[in-house]
Amino acid sequence: MSTPTAPADCTPHLSPAPSGAAIVFEDVHLAFEDNHVLRGVSFHLPYGETKALFGVAGSGKSTILKLSLGLLLPDSGRITVLGNEVTEMREEDLFSLRGRQGMVFQESALFDSLTVRENVAYRLMEEHGIYDDEIDQKVRESLRFVELEHTLDLFPSELSGGMRRRVAIARAIITQPELLLYDSPTGGLDPVTSNTIVELIMKQRDVYRTSSLLVTHRLQDAFTLATHEFDRQTNQLRALPRGQYCGAPMSFLILRDGKVTFDGDIRELAHTKDEYIREYIS
Amino acid sequence: MELTAPTEFAKQRVLAVQEYIELAAHSVASLFRKPLYFADMVQQADLIGVGSLPIVVLTGFFTGGVLALQTANTLQRFGSITLIGQLVATSMVRELGPVLTGLMVAGRNSSGMASELGSMVVTEQIDAMRALGTDPMKKLVTPRVTATVFMLFFLSIISDLVGLAGGLMVAKVFLSLDAHQYWSNAWQTLVFQDVFMGLLKPVMFGFIIATVGCYYGMSARGGTQGVGRATTQAVVVASVCILVTDFFVTKLLISVLSFR
Repeated sequence: MSTPTAPADCTPHLSPAPSGAAIVFEDVHLAFEDNHVLRGVSFHLPYGETKALFGVAGSGKSTILKLSLGLLLPDSGRITVLGNEVTEMREEDLFSLRGRQGMVFQESALFDSLTVRENVAYRLMEEHGIYDDEIDQKVRESLRFVELEHTLDLFPSELSGGMRRRVAIARAIITQPELLLYDSPTGGLDPVTSNTIVELIMKQRDVYRTSSLLVTHRLQDAFTLATHEFDRQTNQLRALPRGQYCGAPMSFLILRDGKVTFDGDIRELAHTKDEYIREYIS
Repeated sequence: MELTAPTEFAKQRVLAVQEYIELAAHSVASLFRKPLYFADMVQQADLIGVGSLPIVVLTGFFTGGVLALQTANTLQRFGSITLIGQLVATSMVRELGPVLTGLMVAGRNSSGMASELGSMVVTEQIDAMRALGTDPMKKLVTPRVTATVFMLFFLSIISDLVGLAGGLMVAKVFLSLDAHQYWSNAWQTLVFQDVFMGLLKPVMFGFIIATVGCYYGMSARGGTQGVGRATTQAVVVASVCILVTDFFVTKLLISVLSFR
């Protein structure tokens, strides 16, 4: 795939100030026994922005998402999510912070003994004190967003892979979280379904301004997110004019050997001189 | 197969025991912290208790019957065949009722818990639950532990009763003994210590069954093969733990309660 080009005068939109960031990683190290997955990873995700994480298999992309949720703890370093330092929090306190985040797992991770309705409503049912009518309405809204309203009473095993991912997105966004974490949401799907999911991610980014981390192996997904925006009028993607690529709140982060080898926007990515990155994106 | 150094093996075992104790303690502590998943407890009580009823009834009935058959010959030699009710009652209430019920429920439910939770672990459903702000210990482990302890207590009582009925059937049909005499003997021989021992054991066994099943489920690794391994280990470890605990509890109670 060819790398999109951006004009040289495009001003980077990335915020340099970590204080205004949804996620901040500072010199994070993590090893599983002798396998050092992360070796001093530092980056920040500004509010309202989507950051695509790239890297070869086993480079620690999914691990970064799990660290952001506090599902894993680093060996050293500091992680701040939505203003809370997760590395200092107890498991009990993390549950309320996780309530402000949504995660779409690689294999959807839907509860197979619950229907689509119960899966999507799970978080609301756990909160208690919410009337069934209100839950039902929110579930329908959420499923309408992913265009799967007709699957309410089906079980996950009765859905296709793409539908399961979309239900997982509906489950993640039902409470309109401040931060969304997508773990290879288009992995193993056909191009049409992948495009539908990219469209949903873009819709969430541009309509609700949700900050998100997107782990993906598909460069074209991230480039689509960087070069398009969601048009509320037509309810479709609209390609940005070439000079406005930097207007999309989108950045790229590439991991190599447990370290960040690139962190920047599409303009910087297009003009990078790094051989590894050029090879990676070519 | 990769060989493990003895020190590494020992470390792994110690770590496993530590993790098990942590899970067991957490499952009890969660009972006193909100939210309490009462509906899940009732559902588990139904699955574990009502679901295990047929096998517990069958096991209890035939154990009582075979106990009467096996001991009848010896008792007859000493001219004490009328004591058969006493023997069946004491054996069932103090020992066989709780232990056999425990072993049956361990075979049925430890494996069920390990495979269910193990499948949830390997398909990231446990991570998804944590990501959705729910503590899997409170939602999955505590209801299973509570329900098993509660239901095993009553299942053991049912097992004792049907065991006595099995003994009665043998006494009446094969040994031509008087039913009233059998029941009188069985009833009058039981004292507080017998009943206390018979009711304390299922509480402990229930705790072992559920915590071992949940521990192996929650620590399952390595896909479907790992789930299968966890299931087998859960049944084996729970069964062995029941028998070992039974020995020590019996020894302790005999000393403490000054049994005759």
